[in-house]
Amino acid sequence: MKFGIVVFPGSNCDHDAYHVISKQVGQPVDFIWHRDTNLNSFDALIIPGGFSYGDYLRAGALARFSPVMDSVKKFAASGRFVLGICNGFQILCEAGLLPGALIRNRDLHFICEHVYVRVETSDTPYTNEIAPGTVLRLPIAHADGNYVCDDATLDELQRDQRIVFRYCDENGNVSAAANPNGSRDHIAGICNAARNVLGLMPHPERACEELLGSSDGRDIFRSLAATLAAVA
Amino acid sequence: MKAKVFVSLKPGVLDPQGKAIQHSVELLGFTGIADVRQGKYFEIALQDSADQEEAREAVARMAREVLSNPIIEDYRVEIEG
Repeated sequence: MKFGIVVFPGSNCDHDAYHVISKQVGQPVDFIWHRDTNLNSFDALIIPGGFSYGDYLRAGALARFSPVMDSVKKFAASGRFVLGICNGFQILCEAGLLPGALIRNRDLHFICEHVYVRVETSDTPYTNEIAPGTVLRLPIAHADGNYVCDDATLDELQRDQRIVFRYCDENGNVSAAANPNGSRDHIAGICNAARNVLGLMPHPERACEELLGSSDGRDIFRSLAATLAAVA
Repeated sequence: MKAKVFVSLKPGVLDPQGKAIQHSVELLGFTGIADVRQGKYFEIALQDSADQEEAREAVARMAREVLSNPIIEDYRVEIEG
């Protein structure tokens, strides 16, 4: 199994993701410059966090037009795995690979802190090693993480159990107080209808070693690695 | 020829920046403000030889596909000869 990490001008969590895949998950991984379009050798892609194109216009709006993105769409359509973290989530929404949009945080601040999220479903390639209801402690670092969508989209996400992570308190209870950015229905991460594309605002790649304050993010990468091992 | 594109948040989409601006304006002493919504404004210079109707269509497409996110925003195009 081979992982690829797409690098845009302004990506800044690409090396964190590389470190986790190579050192924690122990799998081959390569960077993919945003002008490259050949993704044939990869089984899973990570669209990392950062500030692609300086967040100009809207977060993720300009990265959508990078040459690599047409290939990413075909890659996703072929059923292979695409994980968007933070700015990667914003890019996947702008590209139409995930529904909805991420707007300015409710309280306008750039929030950089550890939060709790509840795993809502094990029925994704990214959470199949995690029991539903498990509370993960993960860092967030964003100004535009406030998830919005229309009522019909929300109904669909809820009905098909495509809300994968919700912000919660340390006991797993969701509430306005435990929702850092005002996201609709406390959404921290969602997947597409085929469940092979996942986007989330928290940074699991920054939470894979106790030294960094939490290792809860490792289960997400372990789940994906287990999925890939089963497919292979 | 110049195209002007106005992008605004759809009604109902929360605008925390607009709320903060309203609060600041009220601190200055202005009263009677019901709501402030923040948007974006683009000026696009076009070659003077361009056909006005074709230009309007082209700019509308830019507005739809790049300048706005149709999930959260509306746009309006004006062409000045």
